[in-house]
Amino acid sequence: MDLGPHLLLALLEGCVAAFVLAVTALGLSLVFGVMRIVNVAHGEFFMLGAVIAWWITSLVPDAPFWGFMLALVGAPLAVGAIAVAADALVLRRLNYQPEATIVATIGLLYILQQLVLSIYGPDARPVVAPIQFRIVFPWFGYSGYKLVAVGAASLLLLAAWYGVTRTKFGLIMRATQFDRETAQAFGVPVKRVYAAVFALGAMLAAVAGVLVVPLQQAHYLMGLDPLLLSFIVVIIGGLDSLKGTLIAAFVIGISDGIISVFFSPTLAKIIATLAVALVLVFMPNGLFGGKAR
Amino acid sequence: MTGADKRLRVLALHGGLVLVLFALQFLLPDYDHTNFTSIMVLATYAMGYNILVGYTGLLSLGHAMFFAAGLYGAGMGVYYFALHPVLAFVIGSSAGLILAALIGLIALRTTGVAFMIVTMMFAQAAFLVTLYFNDVTHGDEGLTLTQAARGFDLLGWHVDLTNPALRYNLALSLFTGALVLCLALVRSPIGRVLIAIRENEERTRMLGYDARHYKLLALSLSGLLSGAAGAAYVLFFGYVGSSFAAIQYSIYPLLWVLLGGVGTVVGPIIGTLLMFYLIEISRDHMSSYMIVVGIMLVLLVLWFPKGIAGTIRARWWGWIP
Amino acid sequence: MTFLSTQALTRSFGGIHAVAGIDLDLRQGEIRAIIGPNGAGKTTFVSMISGRVEPSSGAILFEGEDITALRPWDRVLRGIVYTFQITSVFRNLSCFDNVALSVQRSLSKGRAIWYRPDPAEVTAAVDSALHRVGLLTRSAELAGELSYGHQRLLEVAMGLALQPKLLILDEPTQGLSEQEIADFCSLVKEIAAGATILLIEHKMDVVMELAHRITVMNNGTLLAEGSPDEIMANLDVQRAYLGT
Repeated sequence: MDLGPHLLLALLEGCVAAFVLAVTALGLSLVFGVMRIVNVAHGEFFMLGAVIAWWITSLVPDAPFWGFMLALVGAPLAVGAIAVAADALVLRRLNYQPEATIVATIGLLYILQQLVLSIYGPDARPVVAPIQFRIVFPWFGYSGYKLVAVGAASLLLLAAWYGVTRTKFGLIMRATQFDRETAQAFGVPVKRVYAAVFALGAMLAAVAGVLVVPLQQAHYLMGLDPLLLSFIVVIIGGLDSLKGTLIAAFVIGISDGIISVFFSPTLAKIIATLAVALVLVFMPNGLFGGKAR
Repeated sequence: MTGADKRLRVLALHGGLVLVLFALQFLLPDYDHTNFTSIMVLATYAMGYNILVGYTGLLSLGHAMFFAAGLYGAGMGVYYFALHPVLAFVIGSSAGLILAALIGLIALRTTGVAFMIVTMMFAQAAFLVTLYFNDVTHGDEGLTLTQAARGFDLLGWHVDLTNPALRYNLALSLFTGALVLCLALVRSPIGRVLIAIRENEERTRMLGYDARHYKLLALSLSGLLSGAAGAAYVLFFGYVGSSFAAIQYSIYPLLWVLLGGVGTVVGPIIGTLLMFYLIEISRDHMSSYMIVVGIMLVLLVLWFPKGIAGTIRARWWGWIP
Repeated sequence: MTFLSTQALTRSFGGIHAVAGIDLDLRQGEIRAIIGPNGAGKTTFVSMISGRVEPSSGAILFEGEDITALRPWDRVLRGIVYTFQITSVFRNLSCFDNVALSVQRSLSKGRAIWYRPDPAEVTAAVDSALHRVGLLTRSAELAGELSYGHQRLLEVAMGLALQPKLLILDEPTQGLSEQEIADFCSLVKEIAAGATILLIEHKMDVVMELAHRITVMNNGTLLAEGSPDEIMANLDVQRAYLGT
């Protein structure tokens, strides 16, 4: 294959990675933005989405399309319920104190991951894609499902964008983000908003997990990579900025795809993590974020 | 309580601890004898961690890189250059110290949550480096040191680091050294300033202290102890692999120190001992044994944030340093 | 040579001038009070002198040297000491340790970080500072367990132990009882024998009793300056501040 088609393939792969990453990182960014907490267990919600999707689709082996649709609804709902429970049982009791919350979510990471290990086991299990057509380029064929996943992810991003900027819940969320005490004084049920935001963040990660599982197989350790990548995206994009998060997700998703085709993925990850640490130290508002309030 | 009285109790507690550990080597079965050797080395790592988190108030999520610097510094020195084990130990400890000082120059510009994430990212990069240079480090498979490489002659007497009794007492000496260092630090003027920074950094600056220097000193000392523990670990047990640099080894000291008591000198050994056996026992019963780490973290943060020694200090023995 | 002078010292927060071009001269040994309504910029102004807040423009001269760019901890070593408006003693440390932090700092001036001052000397200096504010008997108590008035005194002891040339007291009598205020006034007079004092204070009787000169601030600017009698007679001041 020539360089041109090679690059096209890398670009397509990067695009798929970028959209899935954007959805995952958006969840992390929402939770940090509104609740001011860093959720280290975010990647486990992604993993749970994938694993639950495997379980749901395995219940209807004869109708992969409907099984997958069921998973697309059921897995995020189940993960949302787990997130609400985690919020009520752990995070709220810590009063969302930032450092204690990080430690608690590290604990949550191990609990979720190891529970999945003991129930689901150590194997990676495949999920059949709901549709089976291939797009034929002159140089190579490409999975149609990947393009559908990109489409679904962009719909989700649009919906999230609309939800945050145009709806009443979005307004309440932003008010809580801006000033928790004042919002409370104006009758905003802050506790419920926090629970909803934490669940929403988890559900976004779970949906991303469902979308990815036909491409990747479900495995109990699959949460670590999306977690680190989401961290990188949210930090580079600016901790407070949804727009920055999206831009960063595309830049990193696509460049990760391209770099990994031409260079060692480990080297790419080393450079990315070091870059993130330096951005956080020297440009705490991110490369694309606005000025701090 | 008078000052002299307090000093006596502190001496009795910590001296007693060392004596008990010394006596235990004659009582423990082989299996636990080896375990206690690791526990004393790991507790040294935990004490190093505690200098930063307990006495300076900076929570690091990346200490595995300092521990691993010690492991690889000493381990590769012996493996590739057949260095004298004592020299390898010095090199490993210095590697921890130097890495910590360098990371500190950058990471200490942040505090709180940002510091946690920055240290975590640096440690992740360090972990990936051990994988990337697979030719040298052998990645997950790691390097194994031979028995011959771990022995040396001292004043006509052959020292064999694979000998359990010798290893136990060397680990005890390392632990005792760290214990004395921590006690001296906490009771020194520097320790007083570190605690003041933990309590209220701005007020400390307005008393004329340049907090940056003190935090860098604390992080460097913390790195030194972590590196020394890593170097001792590889020399005593003869193996170093990438898993020691993974995030798990940054979470362990956090857990040990939280359980034993943040900001206490005896806390780290208590926490390390209990967690070590808790994990060993659950490993015997299930493959998903790491769940106890998760459960303990959540329980400690929710209901027992002071840990064992911290609670004892708050309720009964206010004099524990 | 003036002891301390500020030249067109200005600080703005997002376009609003909290302090707008203040020129102030202090003589060595005086007690200067700064008064003015809430939001006049008094705390911001003294915070620039102590180094907690960076000025947007202007300069600060101390003993003839420009210290505008000096970091707060270096100013402390030169003798500019600030005691906080909101009590910020180290609540989990004993009174002794609180003051010892100041003492060991002034005893290790110019030394390396690991210099260890003579413990007997530290103890003596701590005891003397605690004695001056009347807290010697509470040396071993935790600072957080002291009454509010005693915490304010501990704050002053921490300032004193730094051997200040210029001691900035930010609303020191807030929340004190009548008797405590009286004791405090005599303490300040005693301190003034060895140091210059810059005092932000709301209670006019305290100001009248202590101040040699008074500076009045309003909306970040300097409204008037003079002896206590002159200020009392000044009609502008009365309108802006005293409300009569």
